[in-house]
Amino acid sequence: MGEPLLLQGGMVMTPGGPAAADVLIRDGFIVGVGNDFDATDLRIVDCSGAWVGPGFVDLHVHFREPGQEWKEDIATGSVAAAAGGFTAVVAMPNTDPPIDSGHLARYVADRGAEAGSVHVMPAGCITMGRQGEKLAHLDELWDAGVRIFSDDGDTVADAGVLRRAMDYLAERGAVIAQHAVDPGLARGGHMHEGQVSSRLGILGIPAEAEEVIIARDLALTRLTGARYHVQHLTTAAGAAMVAKAKDSGLPVTAEVTPHHLAFDHRNVEETDPDYKMMPPLRDVADVEALREALRTGVIDAVATDHAPHAAVEKDVPFEHAPFGVTGLGSAAAAVNTFVELDAETLFQRMSVIPARIAGLPDHGRWLADGLPANLVVFDPTRRTIVGAGPSKSANSPFIGRELRGHVRATVSAGRLVFGGDG
Amino acid sequence: MKHLLTTEGLPAEELLSILDRADEFAEVLRRPIPKVPALRGKTIATMFFEPSTRTKMSFERAAKALSADTMSFTSSTSSLSKGESLKDTVLTVEAMGADLMVIRHTATGAPWRVAEWCSVPVVNAGDGAHQHPTQALLDVLTARQHFGRIAGLRIAVVGDIRHSRVARSGVFAFDTLGADVTLVGPPTLLPVNRDGWPASVSHSLDDVIPEVDVVYLLRVQTERGGASVFPSLAEYVSRYGMTRRRFERLKPDTVVMHPGPMNRGIEIANDVADDHRSLVLTQVANGVAVRMSVLFGLLGAGPGDGRDG
Repeated sequence: MGEPLLLQGGMVMTPGGPAAADVLIRDGFIVGVGNDFDATDLRIVDCSGAWVGPGFVDLHVHFREPGQEWKEDIATGSVAAAAGGFTAVVAMPNTDPPIDSGHLARYVADRGAEAGSVHVMPAGCITMGRQGEKLAHLDELWDAGVRIFSDDGDTVADAGVLRRAMDYLAERGAVIAQHAVDPGLARGGHMHEGQVSSRLGILGIPAEAEEVIIARDLALTRLTGARYHVQHLTTAAGAAMVAKAKDSGLPVTAEVTPHHLAFDHRNVEETDPDYKMMPPLRDVADVEALREALRTGVIDAVATDHAPHAAVEKDVPFEHAPFGVTGLGSAAAAVNTFVELDAETLFQRMSVIPARIAGLPDHGRWLADGLPANLVVFDPTRRTIVGAGPSKSANSPFIGRELRGHVRATVSAGRLVFGGDG
Repeated sequence: MKHLLTTEGLPAEELLSILDRADEFAEVLRRPIPKVPALRGKTIATMFFEPSTRTKMSFERAAKALSADTMSFTSSTSSLSKGESLKDTVLTVEAMGADLMVIRHTATGAPWRVAEWCSVPVVNAGDGAHQHPTQALLDVLTARQHFGRIAGLRIAVVGDIRHSRVARSGVFAFDTLGADVTLVGPPTLLPVNRDGWPASVSHSLDDVIPEVDVVYLLRVQTERGGASVFPSLAEYVSRYGMTRRRFERLKPDTVVMHPGPMNRGIEIANDVADDHRSLVLTQVANGVAVRMSVLFGLLGAGPGDGRDG
């Protein structure tokens, strides 16, 4: 549970809105939000000039365990998450073996608890082995605590298979999360199809690869009533479809990554593999549309798609490099720099709503007496140069860039798991 | 110029200086002893991470005509098959004493990465479907020798432009020197996005052939198995092949060029390939002179260039 903490002098995100207050934490819980606490025998965390809010919740990380521990493992990923102000993460199931059965999901959850930094919630596969054919052990996964199902890294390409998974899980309120990239349109592609790819002679992935899957899946959502979540949305047209679906009352949510809010395909001109990920960096107009959709809430959540790869894997020509970039440490600062949300909206998109989507009742709640102490102290004005951070891998396009915003401390289950030193 | 990686953005003066020096080296190559000691003591590594015969031989011939020593490998014989990375391979070759590296690679941008990792000059001998600058230079040299100028020439580049590094490098070099380039091919073989390409586009070879000075035919990449980018080879030939019938509709002084290796009977008819208005073998010969010029320009710019020595 850790020593008692007093988060002093910050602007606290309470149910009644932002308020200048201190937060007292004891035995894992918030035991007071106010101004007159006796600081004797308390560990003081200076929060002046900072926002004190619910810890960030990341719907989309790759911790590579089991199977690819040279890139990351659950312990190092958890520490990296804490350093980014996250108190809960959803670990994608495209490990080796993939998380398609109950015992595997339990393994991930147990390793997360053992690591003890942040809450690690396993996501489960939709299909066995992520092969897109037979349904995974959906009941077992559900019983092991899985609430988000995805074949992330691959799209469930067969509409009939996806429909069956949706039918099977709809009543339980599970979230079907789709990596929305049509495999036929994306075949052989390494970056966004457009002016830059045409000049570089690199095969492209058109924006329409995302659109056609979202359009199809929204029809299946209407058919089945299942909750549908678009992972790492990248296109203006995709955002428009999500907006329309929400207007018509479909149970649809969407996430966007910090890198898709910050960069566009022109950043690939130097063919640096740290700008290679799936889906790829899109056009300038898409980036603008994503920022606007995040502001207005058409996009519900920021998710990092933290995808570590070892230096040796990325120190190769662009087309030979694997897809994926890291980003837990810089996520909040990147969003704060490139989208400029007010405090309340930032915490909505990075904590409250993603916690609701994942079904994590101990996270994403405006700070109040009696709640589990999962929170972050975020200084929105301090400029810092992004460093490599505690992840095993450092394949991030943000590294070396100056961003506005700095995670000062992270408290997970009442313990100071990051920062707090000033 | 530290490296030669791309023709895009290469200033006209740089291009002209390479071409002028290549003309001089072409003269050297016609001498009874076609060799100068310009790069004696220098070591040039030709590193082909994608199979190639003609480009590699051309670079080696150019290096030897400058009296440089050469080292080489190709991917099939290299340590890559033992799992060594590109980075370790080029660092190893640099440590052995290479003064310049000629890199061909299947991936776009690989020569740029090598230039980051190593401190010696790098010549791009073809990266993916991106750039092949010495090919563009030899093409420009060949056209300039034939017509005495590049400015105002009308050039049709025909075929698989989308997957062609020859087209990507050629378009920029010809444009910089004032030629007027038209890309000709079926929609699936043209670049998806042509913003910033200094070229116009046509889907009909028959429409453009009465007007052009150079028809530059690209190789049909039959090894792609068509990959469904056009319906059949027969249909390709009927619309985009340089058949005898089309050849006869060209202006009398129009020439045909091809980067090789040719698919006779597909993009170019057998007898057109051997016609005196086909410059294919002149291109090959000029390839050696241009590569001598490039290698000398990157390595030999010391005091006293020794070209006549």
